[in-house]
Parts: sequence; C-alpha cells; structure tokens
Amino acid sequence: MRRTILASLTIAVSALGLEAAEIAPTAVTFEDGSVAQSLSGQPGNAAEGRKIVGSKKLGNCVACHAVSDLSDVPFHGEIGPMLDGAGDRWSEAELRGIVANAKMMFEGSMMPSFYKTEGFFRPGKAYTGKAADDTFGPLLSAQQIEDVVAYLATLKE
Amino acid sequence: MKKMTGAFLAALVTTTYAIAEPVDDTLVVNEDIAIVTRTAAPAHMADAVDEVMSGWLFRGSETRDMQRDDFDNPGMIFVEKAEEAWNTAEGSEGKSCASCHNGSDSMAGVRPVYPKWNEAAGEVRTLEMQINDCRETRMGAEPWKYTGGDMANMTALLASVSRGLPVNVAIDGPAQSTWEQGREMYYARTGQLELSCANCHEDNYGNMIRADHLSQGQINGFPTYRLKNTKLNSVHARFKGCVRDTRAETYKPGSADFVALELYVASRGNGLSVEGPSVRN
Repeated sequence: MRRTILASLTIAVSALGLEAAEIAPTAVTFEDGSVAQSLSGQPGNAAEGRKIVGSKKLGNCVACHAVSDLSDVPFHGEIGPMLDGAGDRWSEAELRGIVANAKMMFEGSMMPSFYKTEGFFRPGKAYTGKAADDTFGPLLSAQQIEDVVAYLATLKE
Repeated sequence: MKKMTGAFLAALVTTTYAIAEPVDDTLVVNEDIAIVTRTAAPAHMADAVDEVMSGWLFRGSETRDMQRDDFDNPGMIFVEKAEEAWNTAEGSEGKSCASCHNGSDSMAGVRPVYPKWNEAAGEVRTLEMQINDCRETRMGAEPWKYTGGDMANMTALLASVSRGLPVNVAIDGPAQSTWEQGREMYYARTGQLELSCANCHEDNYGNMIRADHLSQGQINGFPTYRLKNTKLNSVHARFKGCVRDTRAETYKPGSADFVALELYVASRGNGLSVEGPSVRN
C-alpha cells in the first residue's frame, strides 16, 4: 500500500515536471477560449513579441490589425480590431488563448490559429502551394506565442 | 472602431492609399465602350451582398486610368499578338481560327457566357478548354499550355471583343452541380491559414490587408495585366496564387476543381461588363 502511494507520488511529481516543459499544439487545454499556462513553460519576452507582431515573415499580425505602438512598421491592416489597449481588455490567459487558437473564443473567427497542427483542409508546405510534409508545424513556436502574449499585455491605453 | 482604424491608416499611408473604400468613378474605354463596374447583385447571391463591383473600383487612379484607353493599356499589346495568331494557319488541317470564325470580332458575345456547359463533351468548359479543343480537333494543332502566354493572349483577344457586354454565365440546368461544387469551394476555409475566398472577398472587400486593398475578387476583367508581374494573368493562375497564400496545397490550373470555382466566381459577377484585358496592380 505504502509502495503504491509512493509510486503515485512519483508520477505526480514527474507530471509537475512536465508542466514546466513545452505543451504540444495538440495538448493545449482551453477554458472558455483561455489558456492558463505558458505554452513553453517560460515567461514571454515582450521585445521579441513586438518583432513577431510586426514581421511579415513571423506573426504578421499587422496584416490584419493596426497597432499604434508599431508605427515604424508600414501598412497595417483593418480586418481585425485594433490592438491598442489589448492588454487592458484581455488577461494574459485570454490573450494566449486568442493567439493560439482564436476560434476557441470567437467561433468562426477569420483569424488563423497560430498554435495548431491538426484539422486543416488541404494544408500546404508554407507558401509553396505544395502539400504539407513532415516539416509541417504550427505557425508560431510555443515560445513565440509567449513572446507575442507578453507584448500584447504591454499594450495599454 | 473601424473609423479610428481608418483615420489611423489614412495618416500612415496618405500617399499610396488615401481611401480604402471602392471609389466613385466610371469607366468608358476609348471614349466609346461604357463599362458597368458596379450593379445590383445577381439573385443567387442576394443574401451575401447588395452590389457587385469590378476590381477596377478598388485600384488607384493611375492604374484605373491605364484602362481607359487602349494605347495606355499594356494588355492590348498581347491582344495584338493574338490577332496575328488568329489569322495564322497552324496544324495538320492548315487552318487558322479565321478559317472558320472569320474576323475575331465575330466572337463578340462568347466570353460573357463562359464557363459554359458543353453538351457533346458532357462537361462545363472554360474558354481555354474550348480554344484547345478547337486547336486539337479542328486545326490538328498542339494544345497550348493552360496558363501559358499564347493562351493568355488569345483569351485577352476574345475578351476584348466582348468588352462592355454583361457577364452572363448559366448556373442552372446541366451546369448546376458544377456551380454548386464551385460555391462549396468558395466558402471552404482552406490551408493552414484557414481562409476561404469569402473571408477576404465577401466579408472584407474594401478593407486593407497589409498593403493590399481587398476587392470582391470579381473575374470580369480577366485576363488581367498586373503591374506586379508585367504580364497577362489568367483566372486559374490567379486562383492558384490566392490558394497558395492561404498556405494550402493548391489545385492545378485547368483542373475540374478550378473549372467549377471559375464558373461560380464568374456567376458572382453576372451583370458586370467584360473588361479583359484589365489593368490591376
């Protein structure tokens, strides 16, 4: 009996250990569209996040959202809501959920899911027009998501 | 909120895009051919939009002006090349297009009704398919590459002689199932970005997506001369580029899938004038 308890305890500890590690795109838990835990197990870097949001090669968030703080980046889109004040409107967990998979909070949202690897129709290999192969991964890495979340949290009115 | 964004953008990009709505302007080509660039939506899409609009209304004034006169329209150079091809005999039968069809202007009225059901073949055919059928069956000539230069030129010639006539593709009868397939494709969220044609071209036309001003994605102006790549672009080449940009596995130009999509998208422009070869960015 004692041995069993000890074994369960060991499992529980190693599970806790896993929580500090990266959460795979297929293993993310959404609660009302929010994701409570850091996907990478690490805090985000807002300065890196700022780059990702403005870069065409990375998040390219400004393709659809305008952000006053990124006025050094040309051509902001007007498809989605402006991101000014996002850090006031949403909690960190909500921001993480929206960036990872906005469709969990907003059904039918046009916004791409940045941390998702399954359930696509005709997924391609990046922008080649060819079918996806075994290099297929989420649009942003776990740490990149965290960086973007950290940056969005700084956007206060 | 939308107003705020608009004001912010206007301040940001005043020189290039002063306004993001479709402009209020009228197109008359060569001071002669009146082009319908905006009209009531056809009945089948009344639930989606009230009005259908040519992509011409979403482009800048310099680009729009290029289409007002054939001397300023770079696409017309390719029409001239096709006029030569029209009159040149090719293939084992020693025939040119003109041998059967006479002058190219006799083809006025053809472009607006394609893609069209072909009873003998038992399929919906695009203008490109019909051109290649003529080449192979009547002329004994090699078919052209679907999106190649020769083909784009010939479709530009056939469009040019129909300019001003309303697009009028049939969506019922034997074409209906193909049209329905195309409609399904139009609304399917595709690729890793999970974007449908409708996300951009029905729900967001008039809005900016990064530096691009989204239009309704109408194809009444095809083939279109794009300043971006300085050549004529066929409908299927454009479809392919759009699907690719959703990070999807594209369909092949000339495939049954794209034929269906072309019929559906063409039908969304029923009532707009044929404009090809149009000028876009």
